[in-house]
Amino acid sequence: MTENEIIARLKENVIQGRKTQQDAGIGEELSGTPGVVELTRLALEKNISPADIISQALTAGMRVVGEKFSTKEYFIPDMLASADAVGEAMEILKPLLEASNVETKGKFAIATVKGDIHDIGKNIVAILLRGAGYEVHDLGADAPAEKIVDFVEKESPDYLGLSALLTTTMPEMGVVIEALKDKGLRDGVKVLIGGAAVSDDYAQKIGADAYCVDSFQAVKVLDEFEGAKVNSL
Amino acid sequence: MPREGILVTNPYERITEEQLKQIHLASLQILIDPGLICFSKQAAEIFNDYGAEVTTDSSGGRPCWQIKIPPKLVKEALDSAPKTVKLGARNPDNALIMKGDEPRVYFISGSETNIWLDVDFPSYVKKSDSSVEIKVPEFHPRRGTVADLCQSAHVCEHLETLDGYIRTVNIQDEDITEDNKDINKFFASLNNTTKHFMSGLTKLEQLDNVVRMAELIAGGKEALKENPIISFITCLVKSPLQFVADTTDSFIEICRRGLPVAVSSSPQAGTTAPIKEAGIMAQINAEVLAGITLGQLVNKGTPMLYGSVPVRARMDTLGDSYGSVETSQYNIDCVQMARFYKIPNYSTSGVCDTKIPGQQASIERLFSDIVVTLSGPQFLHCAYGLLDCNAVFCLLQAVLDDAHFQMLKFFLKTPRIDTQELDGVLKQIRETVATPRKLYISYIRPMLRSGEISPPYPFEGDGESDHVFALAYQRMNELLDKPVEHIDKDTTAKIFKEIPGLLPRLNFYQERK
Repeated sequence: MTENEIIARLKENVIQGRKTQQDAGIGEELSGTPGVVELTRLALEKNISPADIISQALTAGMRVVGEKFSTKEYFIPDMLASADAVGEAMEILKPLLEASNVETKGKFAIATVKGDIHDIGKNIVAILLRGAGYEVHDLGADAPAEKIVDFVEKESPDYLGLSALLTTTMPEMGVVIEALKDKGLRDGVKVLIGGAAVSDDYAQKIGADAYCVDSFQAVKVLDEFEGAKVNSL
Repeated sequence: MPREGILVTNPYERITEEQLKQIHLASLQILIDPGLICFSKQAAEIFNDYGAEVTTDSSGGRPCWQIKIPPKLVKEALDSAPKTVKLGARNPDNALIMKGDEPRVYFISGSETNIWLDVDFPSYVKKSDSSVEIKVPEFHPRRGTVADLCQSAHVCEHLETLDGYIRTVNIQDEDITEDNKDINKFFASLNNTTKHFMSGLTKLEQLDNVVRMAELIAGGKEALKENPIISFITCLVKSPLQFVADTTDSFIEICRRGLPVAVSSSPQAGTTAPIKEAGIMAQINAEVLAGITLGQLVNKGTPMLYGSVPVRARMDTLGDSYGSVETSQYNIDCVQMARFYKIPNYSTSGVCDTKIPGQQASIERLFSDIVVTLSGPQFLHCAYGLLDCNAVFCLLQAVLDDAHFQMLKFFLKTPRIDTQELDGVLKQIRETVATPRKLYISYIRPMLRSGEISPPYPFEGDGESDHVFALAYQRMNELLDKPVEHIDKDTTAKIFKEIPGLLPRLNFYQERK
C-alpha cells in the first residue's frame, strides 16, 4: 500500500467505525481487512508523520462521521464506534506526539459525583472526547470529592467534567467546586457539568464554567475553550 | 410471491370455544325464528329452490318474503365456502393470500366517504409578541371527486404498510352519474395502484363492464380468475335480518361470476341490534351466515370473506360510535367467529368519531387498530385516513396512520428466542461486563441497518416543538411526487374503446399528449 492508500484506508475505517480487523463496519466491503489500530501502526512503520495521520485520516474521517450524523445517516452508536477507534489510534500516537512536542488538545478528567452510580452519559462523553483528540481520564462513578480534587492537584487537567443524574446527588458538584477553591485549584481547571438533573442555571449557581446538555455539546464547549486558548496566545 | 402481511403468532381471543359454539347455535336459531325478511325475489326463489321455508309477506305493501334457513343449508354453505381466498393484484407481488385458520393480517384502506378533507398550513402571529409566528393546520371539507380518488390510490400505492385498497371517497363530479360511477371509480383506482382493489357496486347494470375492464387489465377471463385483481363488498343484509333488494341482486350476480366478495353486515348495537354483546353477536353472525348461504347456493365455491362491521350506537345521537370500546369488542368477537368457521374475515378498525386529525383521532384509531389487529383478522379494513365515522377522508391522516401501522407491524414480529440467540447474547454479556465501561453499544451497530431495531416515529419534532402535521404533510407530498405505474398504453386504449362512459380525462396517455 502506498502512503496515500494507507491514509485513505485509515480515513475510511474511521468513517466505518472499525477499530480493529475483527470489527464489522457499516457494510461488508472492509470485512476482515485491517482496522484503525492496525492501519495506524502500519502508517507509522511507513514513516507517515503522526500529524498527517491525525489531520488527513483521523480528523478528516471524524468530520465525515459528524456530517453523516447531522444528516441522520449515522446514529450515536456509529459515532461512538468511530470515536472509540480514533481514541485507540491516539493512544498509539501519544508517545510520539509527546516526544516530538506536537501540541495536542487538552487533558480532560471526568467523574460521576459521589452517591450517584449512573455513568452511561459520563462514559459516552469520555468516548466522544477521546475520539475528538482529548486526553481523557475517567475517574469512575460514585467518585468522592477528595478523589477528584486529588486528581486535579496531581495531574493538572485542563478540564473537569462532573456528571449527576439525580437531584439528590447534584449538590455534590458544588461540593467539588468548593473543595477545588479551598485547595486553590479552581482557577487552573475549567469545570463542566452535565446530567439529567442539572441545567444552565444550576451551573451558574454553583460556579461551574459550562453546562453541557449532551455529549456533543461537551465536545463543542471544549473545542471552544481550546480555540480561546489559541487565540489568547 | 404474495404480500406477507403480518402473522399474529398468539392471537388475542375474547371469547371461549364454548361461547363460539353457543353463538353459532343461537344464530342458527335466529335463521329459523324469526328468520329473515327478503326484498329480493331472486333470493327468495333460490332459497325456496333449495328447501328453505319461504312464505310471501304482503303485509307491508312492498313485495317481500319471509325466509327460514334450515341449519343443513348453512352447514353445506360453510363446507363449500373456500377456506383460502386469494385477492389478486395488478402487480402479482401485491396479491393477498388469506387462509381462514391463519391469523395473518393484511391492512386495507377504506371506506367510501362523501367528504374529502383538504389541509392547509396558514401562519398565525402571537398577539402579545408579533415576532412569534406559528403554522397551524386548517382542514377544509369538500365533496370528493374522481381526481381525489386517483390521488388517494396514488398515495396508498406508496404507503408501505397498506396491503390493499378499498376506494376511499365517493366521486361526486358533475359529469359522474349513477350510470358511469362504477366504471370510473374502478378505473381511477386500478389505474393508480397496483395493489388489490375492493369496492361496492352502485349499479348492477355496470357489473359486466367492470368485470370486462378487470379482464382486460388482468389479461383475460381465465387470467382474472387466477388473479382476481378486483373484489366486491356487499351489505346485502340490512340489520336487523333483512335482505335488501338491489344489493342482494348485485351479490347474486357477483357470485355467479365467481369473483371474491365480502359478505358484510353492519348492525348498530342499541338500535338495529341488541346492545348486549351476546345479542349483537348472535344477530350479526346470523346475518353473515345468511349471506354466505345464499352466495354458496348461487355458485358453490365462490370465494367469500366473512364481513363484519359491527358498531355501538352513540348515546347522545344514536349515530355510530366507531370510537367506542365495545365496537372493538364486537369486531374481535367476529374475527373469532370467522376463524371458528375457517373462513377469512373482513374486519374493521381505525374508524374514529372525531372529524379532523388530532389527538382524539389518534387515540381512537390506535386503540382499535391495536386490539383488533391482535385478534388476527385476515382482511383488516383499518380505514387509513377515515374520520368522522364513515363521512370524511383525509390523505394526511392516511399518512399518519401508515406510521402507526409500521409500529404495529414491528411490534408483532415473531420473537427470536432460541439456543443460538441465547448463546450469542450470553457471550455479549460476559464480554461487556468484563470491560471498564460496561456498555453494549458496539453490539447495536450490526442491527442498526438490518431492520431489527424499530425506527423512530417518522414525524417527531426537534426538542419541545410538535411538527407532526407539517412533517406528515411533507411526506404526503413526497408520496404524491413518486411515480405511479399506470395501466399500460395498449390496455388503456382497449379499455377506453370497449367500456362506455369512462371520463376522457382519466386517460393518462391522451391527457399527456
